[in-house]
Amino acid sequence: MLAALASRLAQALLVMLAVTAIAFVMFRYVGDPVAMMSREDASPAEKAELRKTLGLDRPVLVQYGEFVGRVATGDLGVSFRNQRPVADLLGERLPATLELVIVATILSLSIGVPIGVLCALNPEGKAARLVQTVSLIGISMPTFVTGIALILVFAVILRWLPSFGRGDVVLVGGWTTGFLTKSGWASLVLPSITLALYQLTLIMRLVRAEMIDVLSSDYIRFARARGLPARYINFHLALRNALMPVVTVTGLQIGSLIAFAIVTETVFQWPGMGLLFIQAVSFADVPVMAAYLLFVGFLFVVINMAVDLIYTIIDPRLRTRRA
Amino acid sequence: MSAPSIEAAPVLAEAPAPAPRKRRRMRIPASVIGGAVVVLVIGLAAALAPWIAPHNPLDVGSFDLLNAEMPPAFMAEGDSRFWLGTDNQGRDLFSAMLYGARVSIAIGGGAVLVAATVGVILGLLAGYLGGWVDALIMRVGDVILSLPTILLALLVSGVARAVFPEAGTAQWAPVILIGAIAIHEWVQYARTVRAATMVESSKDYVRAARVMGLPSIRIMARHILPNVLSPVIVIATINLAAAVLTEATLSFLGVGMPPTYPSLGTLIRIGNEFVFSGIWWIATFPAALLVVLVLGVNIVGDWLRDWFNPKRQAR
Amino acid sequence: MKRSVLAAVAALSLLAAAPANAQTLKWAAPGDAVSFDPNAQLDSFTQNIQSMVYDTLVRRNRQLQIEPSLATSWEIVAPDRWRFKLRQGVKFHDGQPFTADDVVATVMRTIDPGSRNKGNLATVKTAEKVDDQTVDFVLTGPYPLLLNDLTGIFVMSKPWMIQHDSIKPGNTSTGVTTFASTHANGTGPFKLESYEPDARTVMSANEGWWDKPEHNIKRLEFRPIKSDATRVAALLSGEIDMIAAVPLQDIPRVSSTAGVKVVEDPSLRLIFLGFNWKPELQGQPGVKNPLLDVKVRQALWQSLDMDTLQKRIMRGKSRNIATMVAPPVPGYSAEADKPIGYDPAAAKKLLADAGYPNGFKTGLACPNDRYIADEQLCLAIASMWTRVGVQVDLKTESKATYFPRQDRGETDIWMLGWATLPPMDGFSVLSAIFASRKDGFGGANANGMSIPAMDELAKKAAVELDEPKRRAMLAESFKIARDQALFIPLHLQPLAWAMKTNVDMPQFADEYVRPWFAKVN
Repeated sequence: MLAALASRLAQALLVMLAVTAIAFVMFRYVGDPVAMMSREDASPAEKAELRKTLGLDRPVLVQYGEFVGRVATGDLGVSFRNQRPVADLLGERLPATLELVIVATILSLSIGVPIGVLCALNPEGKAARLVQTVSLIGISMPTFVTGIALILVFAVILRWLPSFGRGDVVLVGGWTTGFLTKSGWASLVLPSITLALYQLTLIMRLVRAEMIDVLSSDYIRFARARGLPARYINFHLALRNALMPVVTVTGLQIGSLIAFAIVTETVFQWPGMGLLFIQAVSFADVPVMAAYLLFVGFLFVVINMAVDLIYTIIDPRLRTRRA
Repeated sequence: MSAPSIEAAPVLAEAPAPAPRKRRRMRIPASVIGGAVVVLVIGLAAALAPWIAPHNPLDVGSFDLLNAEMPPAFMAEGDSRFWLGTDNQGRDLFSAMLYGARVSIAIGGGAVLVAATVGVILGLLAGYLGGWVDALIMRVGDVILSLPTILLALLVSGVARAVFPEAGTAQWAPVILIGAIAIHEWVQYARTVRAATMVESSKDYVRAARVMGLPSIRIMARHILPNVLSPVIVIATINLAAAVLTEATLSFLGVGMPPTYPSLGTLIRIGNEFVFSGIWWIATFPAALLVVLVLGVNIVGDWLRDWFNPKRQAR
Repeated sequence: MKRSVLAAVAALSLLAAAPANAQTLKWAAPGDAVSFDPNAQLDSFTQNIQSMVYDTLVRRNRQLQIEPSLATSWEIVAPDRWRFKLRQGVKFHDGQPFTADDVVATVMRTIDPGSRNKGNLATVKTAEKVDDQTVDFVLTGPYPLLLNDLTGIFVMSKPWMIQHDSIKPGNTSTGVTTFASTHANGTGPFKLESYEPDARTVMSANEGWWDKPEHNIKRLEFRPIKSDATRVAALLSGEIDMIAAVPLQDIPRVSSTAGVKVVEDPSLRLIFLGFNWKPELQGQPGVKNPLLDVKVRQALWQSLDMDTLQKRIMRGKSRNIATMVAPPVPGYSAEADKPIGYDPAAAKKLLADAGYPNGFKTGLACPNDRYIADEQLCLAIASMWTRVGVQVDLKTESKATYFPRQDRGETDIWMLGWATLPPMDGFSVLSAIFASRKDGFGGANANGMSIPAMDELAKKAAVELDEPKRRAMLAESFKIARDQALFIPLHLQPLAWAMKTNVDMPQFADEYVRPWFAKVN
């Protein structure tokens, strides 16, 4: 167990180092930081001076080492665009993105699981086929098209819901939340549906596949043979077992959902990290781009590791089965 | 296989294990035939765009501003020369869509081809050679999979544009886009092929071939490759749909194809500015074509996956 | 389960879009303030937002003429020394009184090497306190435009800067950011309540403002909305009271909506095309640059159907122009603004005379997210040139990559917009665009244009204190530019805002939003 833990930690560190290296290369070589920071009419002497203050004249490996050191202490540099620490900028945007992602996840789970189960219980039925077709349409719709369509219908034509932003937010201990105001909730509806649709299809299909899998396993057959009630078998025995991988995958998906929120946030002008990133791309604000990359990489690694450890601890059998 | 956690993510792609060689006869559902026909028709029309499009949407000199924003021909103010209307430059939308679909399919297909080729080769090498080659390839794959497709693609095209000013031009943008999409997708092929290769290479006939001293390349190409192709085809079909969508998203976000050489995503980006102004056709028709195309590919891919899925056959 | 979600959606919908409070003005624009530090950026929209919180020594009135603000009077005591008398009884938002120390600290902060906008006070060597209500500005020499420059210098409080360790501007290279980048303490008509970048900025009326308010706004809420479509949707759904910059294609629909009006005016921002002046074409090294020939430049100008561009791309909202400066700006003369006329046949003949009977190939570079309809405009221009035989390799890109490239002179034909801000004077065009890039001139002349007569005029006008003479020099430079077709001026950008009918927000040609002149009825 300890060995497994150590190897997982080592692997996670390796991944983080690699992501840091990518971020460093971007930071250092994409666009000349000196050109970005100095005035247009700076003299060569001034530029050389700046190069020295920034430490750009030292060996690359030393610079990389320092970069890793700074990142480890939470210093992500200063944004070229608004001259503020990138860590502060990310921190301000984190609540917006997380609230959106959490609501979207809850939404997709609460719709996706029941539908998936229904499809699995009667896989050849008309309803299941219909759901299957609809879900295919779901994964074939680009997020931006869904978002624009929702804005057009619910904000422009019907005028029921706001078309952009977070509404009024309340500051609770350094965390801005939209959960405490009416306009905050109203603003969440369209973007979270847009984001949830992307995940809904995946969850529905996964639940269906896992349920079919579990329902055909020996112990369910045995339970059936014993004459246990179908309700009990389906929901108590089968669903419980089928949900475990679903929850895991949903957890693992949070990282990519955060990244995927880039598109949703752009369409709905949602002031989260994705919008920050897109703006950084169009302003060539490399420190912000690099920091966002680090953040998403870090989140991925941490979630992966957490899931892994939980698996190892609660069910060693699973490990051997999947390995 | 490496650690279970990161493996869990590709469960979503439901990459099948190599199928047993026996197949049952299956009635192909009407929806799949429909999907295939739609894909074929769009693909053919796109391929033949230069011959069947009524106008050349790439010749800027032929645009006439006096024809700008004409509604589709079936509407009251429509002009019979422009079946689906014109965009804000007076460009025939129908022709632009044919050429746009051509660009979208070429980039999506190109990305899949590059990803599959690279992935299959690396997967074969990793599975056959094992050792540090295997470890290196798989660790690089882990790092890449720890970054979501859309983020990686945005980064690659963003960085390319910052470093290489020509990256946004009609000649180079497709190359950058193919690279940006393929850089993430090859890992799936590599993992699948690696697993299959490991199974195959432990079989007696491969061992025998090795003992006989046949060159590794030949063993891989002649004996292992044919046996791992079916899962690759399934992944490729599903990936094609995803790649076309990713390209559209990048173009929509403004880091894809330029307006002088638009893909479907670029057309939607241009049209999006006019949707709420009553000039709905510029965005709606390309969006509909994109959704229909991707849906068709997805239906076929979905069916292929089920067809190759050993679990399903067992029942 | 699904039903309950739908029910929740339906219930939430009833809560949305409450009617706006009569004296709260919610407005939206595509950009956002990137910082509240006056010396941390050069972005004109950011400066607009800051101008609501900060006052300047002199300011622009409703007619955009310069009038006293924090300074009540001034005199030139020596050619290089200006003396300003300061207004008494003015208080900063935190209650501190305004004194000469604040002005000196502001000037020193602005001309600090770490300041991003030190170029806006390029001729100021230092500021000296004479007494509590008097300040001297020491200049490098005689300079006619000091007051114009001062309209863009926001006066900060010295004790506040010291208290918050912000006496020097933030500096990216040393990683220093200041308290002033997210907070503001000015003497202006509005107080900053909160600043959430890319989400909202809230201000409240400054009850203790020294000037008599002409507005009746209690609370000002700004929301940045980049997407044109979303911004319009937000106005039409009633979430927002006013949007600055309504997209041209939406004007008919917005103005036909009940309860909403569109106000339009030509702006000072002049969009023009410039040329490569180096011996070879950038896009095709080794090929002789045809753009050096005045006939070629005239041909390119004549082959543009400006009326169609104005009608179709700009939807009739822009004002076509044939000179390089807008009518309200000193230096403009109607004589230099006569349209050159659309004549493709003449253009073809000129090209043939210049030795290009079959045209030639050139690049055209444009931003796609900076000016109104910039990308569409360039596509249409490329199309028109193609028709007289000039092959165009069009490249459109985001402003983040376009402007650095343009500034390095890596383009053959390029697009630029110039609003002569902040001085609002024709000298800004002469010094930055017409003069060669040396001795501090030619800041925007990146492509090696060098016309000796222009350099001479720029040097003389820079120190000419006699206004009629100075204006004659400016007019002379605009005449040269037109006669030699040094540039192709296209149009003045339209300025179009949309607002609820009960909002009265005056428009200004410098595109500034000035809510201290606004009324909500």
